[in-house]
Formats: sequence, structure tokens, C-alpha cells
Amino acid sequence: MSLFVPNRYRGKLIVVEGIDGSGKSTQISLLSHWLRSQGYAVAFSEWNSSPLVRQATRRGKKKEMFTPTSFSLIHATDFADRMESYILPLVKSGAIVCADRYAYTAFARDVARGVGRRWVRNLYRFAMHPNIAFYFRVPLDVALGRILGGRDALKYYEAGMDLGLARDVEESFRIFQGRILDEYEGMAQEVGFHIIDATLSIEEQQRQMRDIVMNVLGDSLKNGVLHQPAGGEFNAQAAVAPVL
Amino acid sequence: MRKPQSLQFYSEPLPGVDTSELQGKLIVIEGPDAVGRSTQIALLRQWLEQEGHAVIDTGMARSALAGKGIQMAKQGNTLGPITMTLFYTTDFADRLENEIMPALRAGFVVLIDRYIFSIMARAIARGEDRRWIEQVAGFALAPHAVFYLRTDVEHLVSRVVMGRGAFDYWESGMDLRFGPDMYESFVRYQTRLIKALDTMVERYDFSVIDASQPVDRIFRELQRQIKRLQLLRVRPRKRVARKAKE
Repeated sequence: MSLFVPNRYRGKLIVVEGIDGSGKSTQISLLSHWLRSQGYAVAFSEWNSSPLVRQATRRGKKKEMFTPTSFSLIHATDFADRMESYILPLVKSGAIVCADRYAYTAFARDVARGVGRRWVRNLYRFAMHPNIAFYFRVPLDVALGRILGGRDALKYYEAGMDLGLARDVEESFRIFQGRILDEYEGMAQEVGFHIIDATLSIEEQQRQMRDIVMNVLGDSLKNGVLHQPAGGEFNAQAAVAPVL
Repeated sequence: MRKPQSLQFYSEPLPGVDTSELQGKLIVIEGPDAVGRSTQIALLRQWLEQEGHAVIDTGMARSALAGKGIQMAKQGNTLGPITMTLFYTTDFADRLENEIMPALRAGFVVLIDRYIFSIMARAIARGEDRRWIEQVAGFALAPHAVFYLRTDVEHLVSRVVMGRGAFDYWESGMDLRFGPDMYESFVRYQTRLIKALDTMVERYDFSVIDASQPVDRIFRELQRQIKRLQLLRVRPRKRVARKAKE
């Protein structure tokens, strides 16, 4: 049985997944810039960014109101809004939508929190099937080194503090990310990730991504996707897909 | 059908919940918009409290987590059907875990004005997949009783017009874009909702109550059914014993 709804439209959907510190955001950003420089209409969608839902999520996080189930549901609500009012219409119109995190994030993270695997997969059944889903595979220690080295304090839910895994925030984060990593690894076959070795150089990872995009999408990019030929006559079309 | 003594989840047990601790009673009033549910809930609450039961009542979009967000989302014009369904389910989950289950643990009678069935009916009325939403809502507890206040659309229309005097955008399903006329849209949308609720009667063991009757008749019917279900063990009054002492 298919996990998601097939993409029957002109546009494409490319998503990146991986644990925190895997470098996926850097890579999808580079890829979207490259696609745009090729003249394609490119839009960008980030996890947890729906203007309709964001406030409720923020409130719940600030006041630490979430249970695993309500945490899962509010993120699915956020995702649904982005799917219904942003991703779907843009892909229909012929844009390439690049998403930093997708339903797989919920499959990994919510299950690591204790919600049922089957339940959360059903929850996201309305999602559009991505044309390409990249998974940035990275050993836990490498990712933790990147995260814990150079940034602000870990947040409560990010570190899985709600699960009572450990009193120390960093220790909790380690355990929680380890669980999430296990879930990603467990689903990699099932969902057909294109796996990128995230310990390689940034340039090498990007080269592999571009190769995969051309191999998988190749001609259908040129034929279906909104495209602005060199010279830039079709500004109106390019404007269809704003960068958020 | 006899229900098992302790409450059960439909299909997706919430992690870490021991249902045998849920000693209270869970009673749901369902029905379409404007059918008179809140009037009956108020009457039931009063009656049950007089009988000596601790009662809480709750209803849709009243959660601390998502209530405000839903109200705000409904002010705008961008709330899609799946988003709406999931927002209401989030609201329900928050109330279930933080309000309903704690009250059940404490032995309360919990009266709920609309349960997952209204969320499901609204989703189905908007063309969403029934199996999808049934599974999503599968973490709900199966109530001790679900009373479905049922009536036809004509009666709902008369209640709206005579009662509130105006049609509501969402109650009229205007987001479905049947057309610009709120009355016609109300009729089409509420017809779908009633149809969706009707299909749940057997599956979810609803007790159907004719909501076209006068308020007090409906109330007596609810009282009768709640008593007959023997959900409530009212302790004998102590007055007799006290008198004997005197």
C-alpha cells in the first residue's frame, strides 16, 4: 500500500530528511539555489511554519503542554495547512517545491516519543508522495558534535525532555536523537530514501544530490516544470513561486 | 449490547494509560449544529449534581492548547478541510488527556458536547476519507453512552432562524463553496452531516433521540436512558440513619 497520495501534477516535490546536525538544511538550500539558477520555479517549505498553526504550537511548547499524541497532532495540523494551501497548489501549478523535513520526520520523531508507528503513518496519508526523498545518514556522534558545539541551548522538546529520559538536557538529547536515528534507519528501505552519506564533504554531497535529481527527474523537469528560459522573458511565471 | 466495565480506547491505546483507573462515567451528546445539545447538557449537569455526582462538561475547541488557534483560524479564509480536521483532533487530544481522563480518574461524570463523531462527520461531509479519520481518532475512549440528538434539516433551519436569527458561515459549510446563498448551503451541508452521523449509529452504538420533541421530553428521555444504563450508583441518603440517632 502506498504511504501517500501520488503526485500526478506537472511540478515536483523534493524533500530532505535526517537527524539534527545531519546537514540537510544546508544541502536543500544549495540544491534549491541551483535549481533556481537553472531557470526553474522553485518554492521552499519548512517544517513547522504554517502561519495558521504556528502560534498554537509555540504556546504549547512554551508552556510545556504537549503529550506525545498532541505533539504529533499539532505538527500534522501544521503540515496539513502547508500541504493544502502551499505545497499542493504550487506543485499543481508546475513549481518545484523543496521541503526541509517532511512526514518522515513525524514517522521518526513521534514514534521515538511513543506514538504508534501505524497510527502516525495513517495520520499523514493525505501527504503528496515526494518525487525524491533524500536521507542524510550520519553517525550519532558526528551529528551531536555539530549540534552541541556551535549553538544555543537545546530546547525542551527538541531534547526530548518531555520523555523523562535523563535529567541532563544534553544527555536527554543524545538518547532522543539516538532513538530518532534508529527510526530513520528502520524506515529507509520501506520508504525508498535516496541515502546521502552526510560525513562526506558538503561539495561531494551536493554533487550526488544534483546527479540524483537529474537521473530521477531528468526530462520531466524540462517538459513539465515551470521554466524561465535564458534571457528571462517569463518573469511573471517565475513569480508564481515565491521563496519564503 | 453490554459494555465492558472499564473504558477502552477504540483502536489506538494511548501510551502509558491504565484504563482500569478511569473510574468515572463518560457520556457524550452528539448531533448537528443548533439541535439543542448545550441546553440538554446544562439540564443534565444540574440534575446529576443534585443527585450528588461531580460533573464536568467540555466541548469542541475549548482546549487550552488549540482552542484559541482554532477560533483564529476560523476568522480567516484559508482553513482547509484536512487542516481543520486535524486542528480539531489536536484540540480533542488535549482535552482528552488533560481534562477528560483526569476527571475520569477522579470519578467524575464527564458530559461531552460533541465527541470525535462530529469531527469525523465534518471531515466526511467535506469529502475526506472515512477510514483515515476513523484511524486518526482511534485514540479516543469509547464512551459509556452516546446520545445522538437527531432531527431533519427543516427542523434545524427553523431552530436557527427562530433562535439565533442568522446563519453561521461554518455551520452553513460555506467553505465547501456550494454557492453564495447561506440558507441553501446550510441545508446541503447539514444534510451531509446528518447523513454522516446516521452511518455511525450502529458502528459506534449511538442511542438515537428524536430532537424534534420539546426540550423537557428530550430531557426526560435522556434521564430515563442514563438511569437505565445503570451508570450511576447514587448512594442512599444518610437521612434515615441520622434520624435514628436522634
